[in-house]
Amino acid sequence: MRRLLAVLLLVVGPLLYLVRRRATPHERVHLYYDDGSMVTLEPSAPQAERLLALARAAL
Amino acid sequence: MDAASALADLTEISTQVEAAVLLDEAGAVLAAAPDDSLRSERLARTAVDLLAAARERSESSGRTLTQLEAALREGSVFVARDDGRSIVAVTGASPTSGLVFYDLRACLRTLAEAEKKPHKKPRVRRPKDEPHA
Repeated sequence: MRRLLAVLLLVVGPLLYLVRRRATPHERVHLYYDDGSMVTLEPSAPQAERLLALARAAL
Repeated sequence: MDAASALADLTEISTQVEAAVLLDEAGAVLAAAPDDSLRSERLARTAVDLLAAARERSESSGRTLTQLEAALREGSVFVARDDGRSIVAVTGASPTSGLVFYDLRACLRTLAEAEKKPHKKPRVRRPKDEPHA
């Protein structure tokens, strides 16, 4: 019984963590250019913070 | 089709778009949906600032920015540019970005096409020929 509980905790725990993490919307900025390229700025990127702050003000 | 009708079509078609504003080249509001002047002015200012900030980033690369999405936990802000005009839209959290951009571009394209179409000349009624005396 204990083994079964331990296995459940080991399998279900990380699974739940991953599901919850994926469900949380991720903050980022996508920039699209005329040549078809796209750049994604993660919140840690130097200019992302400013762009995200501007967008936050609009929401 | 005028700017207000194009925006009304957009908000009817795209259920994800909560609010949208069309801007001219100078950043002035051409039309807004819903028609809330305070909010539309704020959105217009945001679009201008976002485009300026994003342009600063891409100046060195020589590429031209055509559209951007700022995704936040509470929602997303989209900006698309075409032919001098810009459109900014606000959606809820986790929107289908591709679809939103498609609808925004379709709106800008509709307006551009409507502008290019030659205006129909109003029909001039000719007075009936007077019977010869």
